[in-house]
Amino acid sequence: MAETVKAAPARSRGTRGAKASGPEAAATPPKGSVPAEDAETLVGYYRQMLLIRRFEERAARAYTEAKIGGYCHLNLGEEATVVGLMAALRPTDYLFTNYREHGYAIAKGIGADRVMAELYGRSTGVSKGWGGSMHLFDAEARLLGGYGIVGGQLPLATGAALAVSYKGGDEIVMCQMGDGTAAIGAFHESLNIAGLWDLPVVFVVINNGLGMGTTVEKSAAEPELYKRGTAYRIESARVDGGDVVAVRDAARVAVEHARSESRPYLLETVSPRLKGHSVVDPARYRSKEEKEALKEADPLARMALDLEEAGILSHDDRERLDAEVTAEVNAAAEFADQSPAPEVSTLFDYTYATPVAGEYRRFPADPVFRS
Amino acid sequence: MATVTYRQALRDTLRSEMIRDENIFLLGEEIGLFEGSYKITEGLLKEFGPRRVRDTPIAEEGFVGAAIGAAMLGLRPVVEIMTINFSLLALDQIVNHAAKIYGMFGGQASVPMVIRTPGGGGQQLGATHSQNVELFYSFVPGLKVLAPSTPAEASAMLKAAIRDDDPVLFLENLALYNTKGELPAEIEDVEPAEIGRAAVTREGTDITIIGYSRMARVAAEVADRLAAEGVSAEVVDLRSLRPLDRQTIVDSVRRTGSAVVAEDDWLTYGIGAEIAATIQEGAFDWLDAPVRRVAMAEVPLPYAKSLESAALPSAESLLTAVRETLRATGRPALEPTR
Repeated sequence: MAETVKAAPARSRGTRGAKASGPEAAATPPKGSVPAEDAETLVGYYRQMLLIRRFEERAARAYTEAKIGGYCHLNLGEEATVVGLMAALRPTDYLFTNYREHGYAIAKGIGADRVMAELYGRSTGVSKGWGGSMHLFDAEARLLGGYGIVGGQLPLATGAALAVSYKGGDEIVMCQMGDGTAAIGAFHESLNIAGLWDLPVVFVVINNGLGMGTTVEKSAAEPELYKRGTAYRIESARVDGGDVVAVRDAARVAVEHARSESRPYLLETVSPRLKGHSVVDPARYRSKEEKEALKEADPLARMALDLEEAGILSHDDRERLDAEVTAEVNAAAEFADQSPAPEVSTLFDYTYATPVAGEYRRFPADPVFRS
Repeated sequence: MATVTYRQALRDTLRSEMIRDENIFLLGEEIGLFEGSYKITEGLLKEFGPRRVRDTPIAEEGFVGAAIGAAMLGLRPVVEIMTINFSLLALDQIVNHAAKIYGMFGGQASVPMVIRTPGGGGQQLGATHSQNVELFYSFVPGLKVLAPSTPAEASAMLKAAIRDDDPVLFLENLALYNTKGELPAEIEDVEPAEIGRAAVTREGTDITIIGYSRMARVAAEVADRLAAEGVSAEVVDLRSLRPLDRQTIVDSVRRTGSAVVAEDDWLTYGIGAEIAATIQEGAFDWLDAPVRRVAMAEVPLPYAKSLESAALPSAESLLTAVRETLRATGRPALEPTR
């Protein structure tokens, strides 16, 4: 069972999932249990997790080769969380995320090639090269943005849920964020509004224990972040983010709650962050012991072991899958590399949706008035 | 035609737009049951119900951001922020999100929303409730900033703002709410304004006075007084602070050869600085005197009436600057006789 906080008035609901009693719990996960789930589904999840893993490793390489600019935050260690959350959504559901979102984009159904092309800043990228790693967007897949400002996506997701509710739709909105976000004002304002207005939005806090280098304990007066829901009479739960099926099931409860009762939900996943905050961060603030423990927490290794012990996926099967996804990721990098950069002539195309009189299209050295 | 107040023009326009388009809804603090701090939304909750007239908690960042998110999904929210001072609480959502979403994602989602908010000092509200920070928004590509000065402009520009697909900051002014003007008898007959166009609201030959919002009204008053003295002043009402209609400003100054800018914000880095730079770039050879700026004293606006009045630009201070500028042109024939 995941730890669940019921809202007052209580809406009784069970949540399946592994036990996690604190952020450190992810470092010592329970082992060797394969949930009652059909083999094909489990292998499908494993493959998606592996694809995200290889994608992120390829992105890190491309970053060190200076093919990718700016910041580059990876989902390494978050794969089970990403895949589990996305498995609970319908294609018509909306997703808002923070800037650590490559895996979410892929798991929401966007091709790895178009995600990689965005990282490369190419016109074939999901955001046409205008967003980069932190700002992936795809209207068709209903990924309504990765957002680079911590907490910025929360009011937006709340408003998207308001629009769904206004139109009487049955979609829900999922809003992903990191643990550090629980300290910012937008977190409070958004949960309060979502609670007041009965909005179908699932807030998901990915608690990897660290906001850059600052621990949750140094950042949150109540470090069990899911308990914050109580303050807004929002049901909430915490789940082991290293267990894809546990995450999916907890997310299903949250999503169902939002959809059928038009009520917000706060889900916290305790998910490992295997590497630094971004590609360039060597994470010197972590002790040797912490780094050692992380190897145990690797959700991909955990799942590989579980599937092998259950006789679902052999070592050879894994190698075959790995070769497949690696080829896919390499093809994505090749596609990105071969794609054209956006034309300079398009620089002024997206300032305004409704063009206006007097709008200037001036490059830095252009005079304001031509004589 | 009918004579209505600026307040009534705004209210009637909101109402008629809401009748026209079901996707338009209002949100803000105290706009429903309380009917608006300045009564712009009077009667609208009763007529349209709480779905379309939504009272919010005191959470500017939260409800402005919620409006942006709703706009991304195709609704057309009109947000009221009680005064522009409180918009600073929502700065991240306005500047980092509303202004960026269309461009940052390659044109995949627009943000068709309006933020209505009054600025203006002179009500003895003290330093934090009397600011004119429209400059902050006028600086940002992706936003549009409108500042109507009459009931007719307020109606036409609010219609245009609501129908526009971009985020528009719609600047009202406490001192203008009770001012009156002519409107078509049926509000539906008001033509939406073209966003980004300044207007020459009074033609003249001797000097150009440029203002917006309250100061455009003050400029008109000053032009009247100058006319009595035999000086022909042209008045340019900017109406749109972003985009800025540089051509209309420059064309006017090329005709008159001198200019004074009247602004309700602080002088340093203010709106007037941009106007003066524009004139320098577009009408340098036509200028007979340096461009002057009349702006608020650079202090946190004090409460005491004596200090507040001294700090705010007025018809008197504008008149002084105009006379000095005319004198500086060295055109003796134009120097006003007293």
